[in-house]
Order: sequence, then structure tokens, then C-alpha cells
Amino acid sequence: MDLFYGYFLYAISLVTIGGIYAILTLGLNIQWGFAGLFNAGIAGFFAIGAYSAAILTTMPTDRHLGGYEMPYIVAALVAMVASGLIAWVIGKICLRLRSDYLAIATIGIAEIIRLVFKNEVWATNGHRGISEVPKPFEGLPQPWNDLAFLAIVGLIVLAVYLLSERAHKSPWGRVMTAIRENEPASHAAGKNIETFRMQGFVIGSMIMALAGAMMSHYLKFINPAVSEPIASTFLVWVMLIVGGSGNNKGAIIGAFLMWFIWSGTELVLSTIVQNIPPDLLSYLPADLSVRLAYVRIFMIGLLLQIFLQKYPSGIFPEKRPIAR
Amino acid sequence: MFEFINFYFIPGLILGCIYALGAIGITLTFGILRFANFSHGENMTIGAYFAYTLVSLFGMHPLLAMPIAMALTAFVALGVDRYFYRPFRSSPSIMLVMASFGIMLMAQSIIQFTWGTQVKTISPGIQRPIKLFDYLMISPKHLIIIACTLVLVFIVHYLLTYTKTGKAMRAMADSPELARLTGINTEGVIRTTWIIGGGLAAAAGVLLAIDTQVQTLMGFQLLLPMFAAAILGGIGKPYGAIAGGLIIGVAEELCTYPWIGTEPLIAPNYKAGVAFAIMVIMLIWRPSGLFKGKVF
Repeated sequence: MDLFYGYFLYAISLVTIGGIYAILTLGLNIQWGFAGLFNAGIAGFFAIGAYSAAILTTMPTDRHLGGYEMPYIVAALVAMVASGLIAWVIGKICLRLRSDYLAIATIGIAEIIRLVFKNEVWATNGHRGISEVPKPFEGLPQPWNDLAFLAIVGLIVLAVYLLSERAHKSPWGRVMTAIRENEPASHAAGKNIETFRMQGFVIGSMIMALAGAMMSHYLKFINPAVSEPIASTFLVWVMLIVGGSGNNKGAIIGAFLMWFIWSGTELVLSTIVQNIPPDLLSYLPADLSVRLAYVRIFMIGLLLQIFLQKYPSGIFPEKRPIAR
Repeated sequence: MFEFINFYFIPGLILGCIYALGAIGITLTFGILRFANFSHGENMTIGAYFAYTLVSLFGMHPLLAMPIAMALTAFVALGVDRYFYRPFRSSPSIMLVMASFGIMLMAQSIIQFTWGTQVKTISPGIQRPIKLFDYLMISPKHLIIIACTLVLVFIVHYLLTYTKTGKAMRAMADSPELARLTGINTEGVIRTTWIIGGGLAAAAGVLLAIDTQVQTLMGFQLLLPMFAAAILGGIGKPYGAIAGGLIIGVAEELCTYPWIGTEPLIAPNYKAGVAFAIMVIMLIWRPSGLFKGKVF
């Protein structure tokens, strides 16, 4: 019975983190799927959300900036505004140029955000990170606290999904599609391309910060490694491309699917390593289990290349919004 | 004064040489294939690891291993192009950016899997710096880096200015359609681009390894300054990339000099921010760069 209970708790955590990734992927879908903007710094916006929420809600401590003990909703809103402001500044610089420049600038800003969180020890406690981040409903008995948190994540996914669906079908979403597909024509139709792109970029980045805030509450801990910059950015990209860019349902399903594959392969690989006969193990490098972790990244990368080349529209291709 | 030159200006110049060699490849692929290649840093890393393998297996001198590592890396770059970039020749260029983003991760994980994540060295121990004019000090490995960069830059200059392929490359950077109409073998030009870009990146990686160490993220950490150098010099302009690389290398080191008071002007931890700041200023003020490159 205890074994099943353990599995049950594991399943809850799997679905909760999958849900947080779904929020991230929905945010990226607005940037890439709707507006065609390449954001290579997802982890940066995620980290802004995570750190803002952590600093604003923790109890007073001398290890890092904090002690504001703000309500969760206020902290999440501040996190989103901070992320949106940074996105606005990057957008101001890059959106008038081709999206390659945006990709370079976002990967740069993500790297600098990581450096700031790592080096400004007075504010963030450096690489040791911020611990004891409060978690909603943590006073409830196990498993109800986890289920309640899952419910919040589920509600946010649903809310972001419904808003994105609405936006996609609205005149705003149709202009976005038009700009992505044919920029000169939309320009000729009198649409301000830069403004629309900016809106998409800022809104997407705010949603990513919301996901970051949820993650730091869920883990009760955040450090620069939690937003393992390139790998997590990449994972979200793969989620969207596999699920189907431009399709909100695809974004959510892609996020859960890839998250399950990602966690599942970890389980499989560690089981394999544990079951290698000892006499064979002596021929293999000592850090084998560390090295095998990179095989997963390689396989996910290969999956992305296959989808990009063979199935560029993903499992759930985009449905064009139709004016009524 | 000599402290300034020995500990800030010369290291900046060395870093600048390495950036310059890397940025030539970035600017050529950006200008000719028309996309920002995120996997370029991995060419550097893989070049350094090829050299490390040759040095540790055969006891080769790093400088002897360098040309072999360059050839192997050029071969890898061609293979990656064949299977991962060629299918997107007629697609929107952002697909190539995404594919290269994936290749970056895949290459990193292959390197980490094959060689492990432990830091390795190929330079032969600590060398006594050579003293010039009593105060000016430069270590032999830094002289090697500067000499190698000069030789490679001269070769690239010769290739681009005097050979038919070089002229075809410049023509294609200016206008791919026109180049195709005049009968230039565009696939051939693309292959040459990868050979030059990959080879130079590998050379930069080996030189960086001689200067510091071999580690799995060494190329990725140089990606941002190399992009900044390419943009500063002007996209598609190899000489611009060289100038941009040198400027950014020197600027990064000079920013850590205690110009005001005794503290470094910018903490060494934030060196990466200097390249980024220069890039942002260029994007705002003059996206075509110093050498009037392309703006997409």
C-alpha cells in the first residue's frame, strides 16, 4: 500500500511540474506560434519570475534580500511586470530587425540574468539559492497539500489556455497570424507591425515569469541551477514544436508528453546504470551515470530535428482563426 | 603603466584574437547562409577536444595537432550541414536558427558524453614569461596565439581576395539570387563557407585551450562575444569580424581595470555583460556595424 501511495505522490509531482511546463509552453506559443518571434532565453524570464516570487514572499532572513512576506498573487503580479519590462526593453532594441537578432539578444539577456542571480549574493544568496520559499496550502496534510497545489496549477493552465484561445481567434490574433505569414502585406494593410510583435513578446514573457513563480513556490527553493539555462529553454522549445506551434491545445499536450518522456527516460537510464554487472562496470568510465544524462539531451535534440524536418507543424497542426 | 599593459591590454588582445577567429565563421555563415548559427561555439569546443585527443594519445605538440583538428572539425561542420541545415535551404531562415539551436545542444551532449565533464589541459605546464624592455612581459603561449592568428587571418585574406571561390563567396554574401544567376555554384560556396568557418573555429578553440583549458562549455561561453564581434564589425564582413573581435576582447579586459579608485570598474564576473552591452549599443545606433555589413 505504501508503494502505491509513493507512486501516487510521484504521479502528482509529475503532473504538477508538467503543468508548469505547459504554462511556459503556452507563453512561448504566443511568442513563436502567434508572432513568429524566436526567444532563446526562456530560462531568463522563467528565472526572473522564480526569483521575484521567492524574494517577495519569504520570511525575513539575513542570507538574502527578502522578508516582504507579500501575498502570493501580489508577488506573482510583480514577477510578471518585471519580466514584461525586460521583454519590452529587449523588444524595443531588436524587434525592428529580423528575428535572428532577437534570438541572439534573448540568449544574451538570459545569460546575464543568470550571472546576476549567481553573483549578487546579498540579494540571492548566490549559488546556494533561496530556500524556505512558502508554498500555498502547505499546512494541509499530505496528499491534500500537493493536490491543492496541483489544482492551482491546473486552474492557471486552464486560464492561460482560454485567454490564448480567445486571443488567437480575436482580431488581434488574426493580425498576428497575418504579420507572421506576410509582413509586407500586413504593413500595407495599415498594421503597426512592431507594436503587435511587442505585445506578443511582452505577454509571452509575462506568462513565462508566472510559470517561474509557480515553480519556486512548488519546489520551495530556487537557485541559479534550477533554471539550468540552455537545457530548460530547449526543452520548452521541443515541447512546442512537437505539440504543434500555433495550437494552444498542442502546446499543452506537447508539454505534458515531453515532460513525461523526459522524466521517464531519466528513470529508465538510472535503472539501467544500477543493473550493470559490477565486472562490466569496471571497464566503463566512473562518471557513467553523469555522462548518460547527456544522452537524454542528445535524443531530445534529435527528436526536435526530426520534427522540424519531417513534421514541422507538430502533432496538432495550427488551426487558422476564421473570421465570422 | 606596464602593469596595465601586461595584465589587461595583452590578455585582452589574446582574447580578441580568439574572438576574431571565431567571429569570422559566424559572420560568413550569417552573410552567406543568412542565419545566426548558434552551434558555432560547439565547433570551437569540438576542435579543442580533437586537439586534446591527439595531444594525449600521440603526445603531439598542440600546434601540430591544430591543423588536424581544424580539418576534422571542418569535416564535422560539412556533415552537420548536409544532414541538418541543407533540408532547410528554401525554408524561412528562422528554421535554420532553430535547427542550429538544437545542434548546439546535441553537440554539447555528445562532447560531454564522450570526453566527460572534467576540465583538461593541453598546454605544457607553466612557462616563464619573456621580458621585453625590462618591464613588458609576454608569455610564450601568448606569442604563439598572436602568431597563429596572424597566419590564419593572412590565409583567409588571400582566399577571399585572390581566389575565385573567395570572390564567389563575397558575391553570394552580397546577393544570393544574383550570384546564382551568374552561374556561381552556390552549394560549392556554402561548402567552402563551412570549411573556412569550421576550421577557424577549431583553431580558435585550440588556441583558447592552449591559453586556458579544455572544457565542455568553452565554445558556448564564447558564443555571445563572437556574435557581438560579428555585429560590431558588420554582418558578412570578415575584416569587420576581426576588428570586432579584437575590440571586444580588449574592451572586456579593460573594463576590469580599476579606472576609478582601486576596485575593478566592472567585476570580472560580469565580463560577458560588456560584449552584450557593446552589441546592444550597435543594434540601436548602427545595426550595419563598423564595416557597413548587412542588416536583415
